Amino acid sequence: MAEVEETLKRIQTHKGVIGTIVVNAEGIPIRTTLDNSTTVQYAGLLHQLTMKARSTVRDIDPQNDLTFLRIRSKKHEIMVAPDKEYMLIVIQNPSE
Amino acid sequence: MEIVYVYTKKRNEFGRQCNFSDRSAELHVDILPDPSLAVNFIERDPCDVPIQCTQEMSEHEVNTERFESDTRGINHVEGGWPKDVNPHEMEQTIRFRKKVEKDENYISTVMQLGNNMEHCIKQNNAIDIYREYFEEEEVVEESEVQPSAKTINVFRDPNEVKRTASSLSWHPDGSRKLAVAYSSLEFQKVSKDMSLNSYIWDIENPNKPEMTLKPVSPLVCLEYNPKDCHILVGGSYNGQIAYWDTRKGSQPVEMSTIEHSHRDPVYRVIWLQSKTGTDTFSASTDGQVLWWDIRKMSEPTERLILDPNKKGNLDNALGAISLEFETTMPTKFMVGTEQGLVVSCNRKAKTPAEKIVCMYSGHHGPIYALQRNPFFPKNFLTVADWTARIWSEDIKESSIMWTKYHTAYLSDGSWSPVRPSVFFTIKMDGTLDVWDFLFKQNDPTLSVKVCDEALNSLRVQDNGHFLACGSQLGTVTLLEISSGLCTLQKNEKALATAMFERETKREKILEARHREMRLKERSRSEQSKEEDTKEGDGEESPEELITRIEKDFYEIVEAELKKRDKGEEKKVRLILNSFTGLRVVRGSLRVVKGSSKIVKGFTNKGGGPDSTL
Repeated sequence: MAEVEETLKRIQTHKGVIGTIVVNAEGIPIRTTLDNSTTVQYAGLLHQLTMKARSTVRDIDPQNDLTFLRIRSKKHEIMVAPDKEYMLIVIQNPSE
Repeated sequence: MEIVYVYTKKRNEFGRQCNFSDRSAELHVDILPDPSLAVNFIERDPCDVPIQCTQEMSEHEVNTERFESDTRGINHVEGGWPKDVNPHEMEQTIRFRKKVEKDENYISTVMQLGNNMEHCIKQNNAIDIYREYFEEEEVVEESEVQPSAKTINVFRDPNEVKRTASSLSWHPDGSRKLAVAYSSLEFQKVSKDMSLNSYIWDIENPNKPEMTLKPVSPLVCLEYNPKDCHILVGGSYNGQIAYWDTRKGSQPVEMSTIEHSHRDPVYRVIWLQSKTGTDTFSASTDGQVLWWDIRKMSEPTERLILDPNKKGNLDNALGAISLEFETTMPTKFMVGTEQGLVVSCNRKAKTPAEKIVCMYSGHHGPIYALQRNPFFPKNFLTVADWTARIWSEDIKESSIMWTKYHTAYLSDGSWSPVRPSVFFTIKMDGTLDVWDFLFKQNDPTLSVKVCDEALNSLRVQDNGHFLACGSQLGTVTLLEISSGLCTLQKNEKALATAMFERETKREKILEARHREMRLKERSRSEQSKEEDTKEGDGEESPEELITRIEKDFYEIVEAELKKRDKGEEKKVRLILNSFTGLRVVRGSLRVVKGSSKIVKGFTNKGGGPDSTL
């Protein structure tokens, strides 16, 4: 338990990180540093996108699987680390 | 024939159900074959019957009911909370969350994901991948195309007895035509069957010349008038000058009188820059340079005798083989001689003695080509013997740049009209060399074997793209140069200027040193002269002479070696001015007054500047 806390805290304190979200497979935010409505929005939308990305990767090569998803936009970068049951989402403002 | 069988049914039996029963077969009709009917038919032999042995299949179409599918996203306002948790109640949600957090799976997953995530975050922080890092560097577009020359067309002498294509001239307007002068320059090889004609070729049609020029004696050189593209002037083998107007036919319009022409073949004739556009001048190996006005060919307007002693003595005169005239410098012109000297002359000088301004020596054989660099008129190219040399006007003692000694004699050369650092040379073994001294100085950038026989003349077209070379058997080859060699590179002018300046400076420094040494020696020898007269020894015996010369020589060698260690010098030129006039020029020893054989023995040892000195 303590390690989880520590890890999440460490991630949050990195330079440029705006927010961290841990979501479960149903879209329930387990841990978040952002407000609820934003969190839920991110969770829902990114879940779908991750599913799509994963299915794309697997369609191209069935042996393959999605390990990480990064979306860089004008304002910041959204990084998604998917797993079977949970998903870790971090929003960072890269060095610019 | 009608065959009828009647089925009957009683009326009261209508509507009754059918009772089926078996009955034995009954013969109702028997139709026997009637051979008489066969007459109406013809037997077919053979019978063509198509058979197909395939699976019998049938095709069906079915239309199902339309099934419409649509992809929709659902925007969650709240996550998918399980049934027993009321999302609006804080307590329940918090409890749920805490429960999940205690799950082992959760812990391990988050740890693992956290590690991955950290790596990427750090990556982002370490370097900004989208920043423009190399915006200062421009994309250098280098044409990697290898320099090449391609033969486009070959024009052969239509006559049976082949003559040398001794001179070429491009048509001044658009260069669609090429005038070629044919003559046989070999001593006494002129046969009776040899045709005297020279031709004008259209470069698109190599089969037949466009026009024939019929001189009295074969033409050695031929030039189009740059102002009037119909006029050509030619110098012939017997020394006469003639001019043609292509509108008027093959015969020359006028020829110079024999008494006033040259005594030897006219090797070069050039049009001058004048208001009337009718002035030319010609050079020949009889030692004269004559000026003509083509409107009055009976007599030359001016005459210059190339006497190096400036006395106008025809017997001493140097034979002229090439002429150079640059329209930007109308008062100066240069003559290349058979003896290997380049004579620079001033046209506007008052007396014939002043006409010859200076002479440049350095070649071992006749100078076949002489041309100023179109971009740097102070530098000119000479092609003679086995080398091509580049000179600067200011340095009279030697050329500033030169090629190595080739195995074959160089017969003609020319600068490229578009690139200041490119020039072309042709050799007696049939190869054309293209030199680009900003790229490579020791070897030609491109060497093309044009034909098997010797090449005699070369002319580059004004756009620098095409060039024509004429061979000993009268074949004129038209070549196209690759674009890399005829497009001006950026910085080329600046680099060429820098190079010329550098080489000129080097030669100047060497010349200055040379003069210094000479002065020193002279003063030393004068001193020793005084000493000798004081002593009054009289004539020294040969042995004493030898020992003294030896001593002098070695002293000077030591001095030079010491000086060499201090500075860097490429050439060593010493002049020892002693009694017997030992002279060391360019590293070769020559005893002028010829004393004894032992001294001559030094000649062999001190061969090149790098060996003993």
